[in-house]
Amino acid sequence: MTKPTAWLGIILILGFSPLFAQLTVDMDAEPAGLADNQTCFDCHGKRIYAYENPVTGRIERKAMNPNFVFDQEAFYQGVHRHFRCTDCHSPDYETFPHKAELRFEPMYSCLDCHGGDPTYAHFHFDEIGVEFEKSVHFERQPERFNCWSCHNPHSYKAMTRSGFRITEIVQYHNNMCASCHNNTDRFQTVSDSLKRPLDQIHAFLPNFNLHFNAVRCIECHTATEDTMWVAHNILPKELAVKRCVECHSANSLLMSSLYKYQNIESRRSRGTLNAIILNEAYVIGANRNIYLNIISIVLFGMTLLGVLVHIIFRIKKP
Amino acid sequence: MSERLYLYPIWLRLWHALNAIMFLVLIATGLSMQYSSPDAPLIRFDLAVRLHNIAGVIVSLNYLIFIAGNLATGNGRHYRIVFEGYTRRIMQQVDYYVRGHFKGEKAPFPVTANRKFNPLQQATYVGTMYLLLPLIIITGLALLFPETIANRVGNLSGIYLTALLHSAVGFLLSLFMVIHIYFSTMGATPTSNFKSMATGWHEPH
Repeated sequence: MTKPTAWLGIILILGFSPLFAQLTVDMDAEPAGLADNQTCFDCHGKRIYAYENPVTGRIERKAMNPNFVFDQEAFYQGVHRHFRCTDCHSPDYETFPHKAELRFEPMYSCLDCHGGDPTYAHFHFDEIGVEFEKSVHFERQPERFNCWSCHNPHSYKAMTRSGFRITEIVQYHNNMCASCHNNTDRFQTVSDSLKRPLDQIHAFLPNFNLHFNAVRCIECHTATEDTMWVAHNILPKELAVKRCVECHSANSLLMSSLYKYQNIESRRSRGTLNAIILNEAYVIGANRNIYLNIISIVLFGMTLLGVLVHIIFRIKKP
Repeated sequence: MSERLYLYPIWLRLWHALNAIMFLVLIATGLSMQYSSPDAPLIRFDLAVRLHNIAGVIVSLNYLIFIAGNLATGNGRHYRIVFEGYTRRIMQQVDYYVRGHFKGEKAPFPVTANRKFNPLQQATYVGTMYLLLPLIIITGLALLFPETIANRVGNLSGIYLTALLHSAVGFLLSLFMVIHIYFSTMGATPTSNFKSMATGWHEPH
């Protein structure tokens, strides 16, 4: 065993407060690029934008391509909130109309900025990169699939590092998957196949909606890891967890990543007492054992029978 | 008939009452978590988890009061077993419960100021308070801090084994609770021991 046993752990907990990865972005300060970015958001923050036609002198109103509309509020709540648009995009975008060739601008991936940098070591970007390249996404679509296919850099939140509840984290992460896997148009940007709706694909689950709201897709669709930081090896559907007992009895898979991590984090942010009382790390049936259930019912029945017999004899006592 | 005895001081009665209430909460919520399903919960699942956690923490802290009280007041002496002839004394008590009591015989080990428990009570209370309770507290706290538990023990998940031990001990304690409450009805009258829990005075019989 590489980790302390429960007994030793309890002793350690009493005097030990571990240091955990902190979000390195200041979420309270005013965004650094607020004024500069406003010019971009004046058009790209709206579905309808307006500009003065220099030839006719008239104000034109046009619908923005939905793929280029960005939610300003979401951007400033995201981890890249202090960026200027031109930190990642060409400064040539500052002129309007934008040059046509700018659409061929190569996009950065996460690792271009975060890879190999000790400042971001605790986010495990390099391991994530390795795991991603093993995933079915990359394997099938190496040219089309990249970090941004799932993680929108214009709104990305480090959910698990920001004190959100497990249900909120689950919803955020699952919407990421559903945005393609439950949306044929988006799905076809990377694949020709037609997708069936998620609830049909998962009809084998007793209660799809309950699972979808309570468990992350990646809990069943990634290779099992003990830490959540590198859970990026999305497996082919044939290898996904399909047996109820893998989470609901013999070996609680759910305890291996998010739930364990969340427990540590919530203790840090909520304070120990609140966190342990509000602890969400319990899966119904996860500690059931059929033999113990039978033994317990038999023993309990025998005890009640013994008490009953004793009561009868007491009543009959002369 | 001997005099009434003041056997249960106020701290002990408060400790016992808090323990009893929390045990009932733990048993009800524990049973609900262990046996109910999302479609038919005995107690709403999230509520059961929260109540179980709160009651578990209270019982754990209360256990420290029990230990401290035993050390400070000498109540702990009732838990000290004299092993010489112990099996024989236990069998005497068992014989009384299954036979002698119904024949109107006198209890072999009546309650005195120096002997609050009969040998059978003493054995079960020592087992409960010094073995089962520490076990359930340690496993319960470990489940509240799951990262402290070894990931794998052989082929099994450490959390699973801890949860299994926790629920098994919880079950034994529930059995203890049933038997304990039943034997409480065997005082001078069926209700006299329950009155003692409130007043502190033991009614001899």
